Amino acid sequence: MSNFGMSNVDTNSEVLLQLDGISMQYGKGETAVTALSGVDLTVHAGELVAIMGASGSGKSTLLTIAGGLTTPTSGEVIVEGQWLSTASAAGIAALRRRTLGFVFQDFNLIPALSALENVMLPLDLDGWKRNRARSAAMDALRSVELENRAHHFPDELSGGQQQRIAIARAVVGTRRIILADEPTGALDSTTGEVVLRMLRKRVDAGAGGVLVTHDARHAAWADRIVFLRDGRVVDESVGHSVDTLLVPVVRP
Amino acid sequence: MSVRQSLLAILDQGPCYGYQLRSEFDRRTGSTWPLNVGQIYNTLDRLARDGLVEKLDAHDVGPDSAGQIYFRITEAGRSQVASWLGSPVERTVATRDELAIKLAIAVTLPGVDIARVIQVQRAATLQNLQELTKTKNATGDPETSENLAWLLIVDSLIFQAEAEVRWLDHSEARLARAAATGHAAPLPLVTEIPKRGRPAKVVSA
Repeated sequence: MSNFGMSNVDTNSEVLLQLDGISMQYGKGETAVTALSGVDLTVHAGELVAIMGASGSGKSTLLTIAGGLTTPTSGEVIVEGQWLSTASAAGIAALRRRTLGFVFQDFNLIPALSALENVMLPLDLDGWKRNRARSAAMDALRSVELENRAHHFPDELSGGQQQRIAIARAVVGTRRIILADEPTGALDSTTGEVVLRMLRKRVDAGAGGVLVTHDARHAAWADRIVFLRDGRVVDESVGHSVDTLLVPVVRP
Repeated sequence: MSVRQSLLAILDQGPCYGYQLRSEFDRRTGSTWPLNVGQIYNTLDRLARDGLVEKLDAHDVGPDSAGQIYFRITEAGRSQVASWLGSPVERTVATRDELAIKLAIAVTLPGVDIARVIQVQRAATLQNLQELTKTKNATGDPETSENLAWLLIVDSLIFQAEAEVRWLDHSEARLARAAATGHAAPLPLVTEIPKRGRPAKVVSA
């Protein structure tokens, strides 16, 4: 891993997600298509990593592998210390309920459930007691500043609010890893910014996040930006001090 | 020029002296492009020469002037402020762009890994973008007019950096296509046109 500068993230902090030598091939023999080849990625607590690349670079595939939705051809995914290759299907499903949360471009909220019920869903599925699940879901809603929309249904909420609900669902209870695939793709520019601000806030509070995007302005919310081209990591960038950028910044 | 017009627009709010103009400019632009007092006085002199501002006599200002020289906008100055605000900022066509020049030259040189040139630049521009975003995130929602003005400038820098990254992505794809069709060959130096006549005999091995 090449570091171009200083990261604010303490690399001694807990590793939440680790991908080692991930390769993914579709098909066999001469018609085989390589989507990913030898990709390594580590996400610490408090760290947001953006994955950028053109369409077809393998960035979404990488996210589904990180979330245990797709099994790689080779390589290992380690989620909070647990090796997915040795986990049973039921074990991986449990990890998805308890540890990992997905945020998609089109929100994927269940229309028949209120905001609160959507956020409670993974806890319900995991057998939490109703009251405990409810209070954890309210905490998550509060963290995205939408506790006053708890009893609204998705169609009563704006796109930006729906996406914040999806973020709350991704971090509810013990969930600490947010996997976001173009989460601002369906939102206008300023609404997208609010969503990214919320995502950033959750990560700063101790979650780990992977943000797949083709948009540099969105990737810039991350601590680290990883480029994929043709299924390989071509570069990584880490932010450096703002002092080098804006000469005397005297904040008003 | 925008500094001249900005100072004039500030003077349209009431008479100011040099230091005061500097701090007014700074607080309205988040101190992103600090001006020195010399620049301010030069600009004021030119504005006075052009009849857009006038120096006030000490007795016009009153006992609080503390020896400062105040400048006041004239009618002509006022109408220039209005016309500045009402017209687009002219972007000079093809202002020299360091990066565009570098890429254009690099592409014509033999043995340059142009993909690497693009990648190095993109990583640097993204770092800038990350820092600007961090600054914006730390600023939060604007609670004062100064804050709002400052955020507008940060946004402007963010969008410029984004545009550069997009252009680099685009150039990368264009170069890959050109390489595939054999149109990315380096340009050798043009030397004197060779003498007419028979080409020198080449002894084949």
